[in-house]
Amino acid sequence: MGNRLIDLQHITKIYDGHKVLDDLNLYFNENEFLTLLGPSGCGKTTTLRILGGFETPDEGRVIFSGEDITSLPPNKRQLNTVFQKYALFTHMNIAENIAFGLKISGKSKTYINDKIKYALKLVNLDGYEKRMPDSLSGGQQQRIAIARAIVNEPKILLLDEPLGALDLKLRQEMQYELIRMKNELGITFIYVTHDQEEALTMSDTIVVMNQGYIQQIGTPEDIYNEPTNAFVADFIGDSNIFPGIMLEDKVVEIFGIVFHCVDTGFGRNQPVDVVIRPEDVELGTPGTGTLDGVVSHLIFKGVHYEMEVTACGREWLVQSTKMHPVGEQVSIHVDPFNIQIMNKPESEDEEAVVLDV
Amino acid sequence: MYRKSLSYPYLIWAAAFIIIPLLFIAYYGLTDKSGAFTLANLAAIATAEHSKALFLSLGLSFLSTAICLLLAYPLALILSNSRFGRSGFIIFLFILPMWMNFLLRTLAWVVLLDTNGVLDSLFQMLGLPRFKIINTPAAIVFGMVYDFLPFMILPIYNVISKIDVNVINAARDLGANSFQTLYKVIFPLSLPGIISGITMVFIPSLTTFVISTLLGGGKILLIGNVIEQEFMKGTSWHVGSGLSLVLMLFIILSMILSSKYDHGEGNVL
Amino acid sequence: MIRKTISRIYLVLIVLFLYAPIGTLMVLSFNDSRTSVKWGGFSLKWYQRLLENETILAALGNTLLIAVLSAVIATLLGTSAAIAIHHMKKRSQSICMSIVNIPMLNAEIVTGIAFMLLFITMGNLLSIVGIHFEMGFGTVLIGHITFNLPYVVLSVMPRLKQLNLSMYEAALDLGAGEGQAFFRIVLPDIMPGVLSGFLLSFTMSLDDFVITHFVKGLGADTLSTLIYSELRKGIKPEMYALSTIMFLAVFVVLVFINLRPQEMSMTDRRR
Repeated sequence: MGNRLIDLQHITKIYDGHKVLDDLNLYFNENEFLTLLGPSGCGKTTTLRILGGFETPDEGRVIFSGEDITSLPPNKRQLNTVFQKYALFTHMNIAENIAFGLKISGKSKTYINDKIKYALKLVNLDGYEKRMPDSLSGGQQQRIAIARAIVNEPKILLLDEPLGALDLKLRQEMQYELIRMKNELGITFIYVTHDQEEALTMSDTIVVMNQGYIQQIGTPEDIYNEPTNAFVADFIGDSNIFPGIMLEDKVVEIFGIVFHCVDTGFGRNQPVDVVIRPEDVELGTPGTGTLDGVVSHLIFKGVHYEMEVTACGREWLVQSTKMHPVGEQVSIHVDPFNIQIMNKPESEDEEAVVLDV
Repeated sequence: MYRKSLSYPYLIWAAAFIIIPLLFIAYYGLTDKSGAFTLANLAAIATAEHSKALFLSLGLSFLSTAICLLLAYPLALILSNSRFGRSGFIIFLFILPMWMNFLLRTLAWVVLLDTNGVLDSLFQMLGLPRFKIINTPAAIVFGMVYDFLPFMILPIYNVISKIDVNVINAARDLGANSFQTLYKVIFPLSLPGIISGITMVFIPSLTTFVISTLLGGGKILLIGNVIEQEFMKGTSWHVGSGLSLVLMLFIILSMILSSKYDHGEGNVL
Repeated sequence: MIRKTISRIYLVLIVLFLYAPIGTLMVLSFNDSRTSVKWGGFSLKWYQRLLENETILAALGNTLLIAVLSAVIATLLGTSAAIAIHHMKKRSQSICMSIVNIPMLNAEIVTGIAFMLLFITMGNLLSIVGIHFEMGFGTVLIGHITFNLPYVVLSVMPRLKQLNLSMYEAALDLGAGEGQAFFRIVLPDIMPGVLSGFLLSFTMSLDDFVITHFVKGLGADTLSTLIYSELRKGIKPEMYALSTIMFLAVFVVLVFINLRPQEMSMTDRRR
């Protein structure tokens, strides 16, 4: 990853009295695959539209390679967008679609033809020049939308939930394709999605957003293993989130039972949130773990079994390759490394958000 | 694309040639020759001659609207169920006749309906009673139905053809027979089209003066004829405007009615 | 099966009803006898005389000129209005749409006399400052533009609603200016609506009698007003000949358009 390419500084955007983005600060590096991840209404698409020039922020500045481009119209920006529903020009064939931006900027015919060939090759659709957009499948239209954007050699490609309309299999295929294209082109991809799996698979950096605020920025590993708050933990994969009390360094109490963990620096007798991933809950014969419970639900999920265990009056979500039938008495053990301690959200507002999700 | 200024030429045009002219009618209708305020022009509707014309107009236009609805509904159903509905057939049916001048089209019925005309001769040949309706109110209703039927068919057809086939399938699936499906599902869903069709037929029928002139033999006066004469024979613009205001009351009533039921689905186009 | 047969018969009857007068007029245009009641044998003489009838040809010229001009101007005004209205907030949008609908829903006779009062008052006011203004070609044109406008707006509106706004944004994103994006992307997409608005306007203008009747003043006869003024004396059969020619011309054009490969309308529907 290279230098800073684009900077969002103190961005605020208000729609009908509602703050969609509140003092957002974020930067993007060269040759980075960055994903804006969050539930609908979290401000991720608005952020993307501000980058693309389709919205002007009410406050704050957009800096591109040291230049203020906050009020520059989209056609003057060195970045291109792949739209949610592709937005191919339905009255033009594929070649004309791809050539659109190049013709506008007055490129020569041979240059344009070379570019079309190159772009179609890149997206694995050689020979589709004369087809109409309507005659292509969703996945193919998606590739054309990407081809149309990248022939203009943007420094940044913005992708607005580009895989949302595709079915699961195609979506997984396109995820690999996108990573390949990004590496081949060596440009920055800024990707918007609400699909955490997509984000984890493709990104160099994930920005988790909620209600107009950035919740966490980090690598996929950081985000998954060390969520900074209950919202991120809950949004990224399934989690057990329990209220606990940090008795002292490396000792936490949940429902009156003492667990050992590796976190320090929370002080003494502090209320905290405790996150335990379902795959980190180990089940054994009663009496061999930290506490005992009864299996109350069982679903076969293909790769593993998903179970709910009732212990201390709470449901514990457990994923395991070993099946325990409903009604079986089990013990629960969690490795200290797998217990993640988080500060309680500070404001009531943030707490409400957590409950919402 | 988003520029508000794009609407300015239209808004200026609409103010000058839609709103202001209507204000003129209101002004003339509510004043006398000296320019003083009066309700006498509105009250002029109560004179025997005028109220007779108004009631006759109301009667004939109710009748022709009802006939149009009865004729159009089955046709709209048939069209929406057949491949004709999808081709340019609809255009042929309704737009093409407009290229034969409206007055001539209506006048042609004189030839067809006349005593010893085409239909009368046909009836005689078949041994049926004589067909003498020219210069009667019946001929006027006939002309109204002929001229305005397309305006009933199109909105109903538009609404029916947009009903999701699966809604109809669901009704059948839940045990409704085809009559129940029509009565309980298709009919209520097509109401916006029906309402829109009714206004599109009722208002021109109520206010026409051409059809009554052409097919009524000049002896039958509708409210439209009365107003036209007030203006073109130079009798009194004030009384003419006053009667127009009365007429507009009916128009506004049916506009309110249609906007209440119709949220744009029932458009003629 | 029975239901299908009945449907067919019903359809045929309605078509007969709608086209009987048109057929009648066509037959009359070939009738050698002057009266419309008797068949005097086949003849093309009315077509010949039509070419010599300057009154009718002048009215035809007026009619076509007004139809073309009013349709063009209404299409320009109406399309830009539709675009602006489409982007308005809900409230102002519904107010504007009610205004748009007035000329279509209001009775023609009311629209006609409203215009007449406006134009005569305008003439009186202008004569005070020494400008001569009276009803004629110009006022007929204004009237026709006004009643054509709703047809244009209502034809273009659904197209705009279907228009994928991100197509416009994509064009901007790829470097097009607002004008380029409009003319290259938006306009081609709403073109079918614009065209049908234009054609509807043209047809409505051609077929209008009532409004023209009130605003034409002394000059500027169109075919409709000419026919109306001939009512007493009896309609000249040349008029039947002219109507037949116009009708058949449009018929041929429409058949030609509809017999073209259905490709266009197929893709339209998928959208």
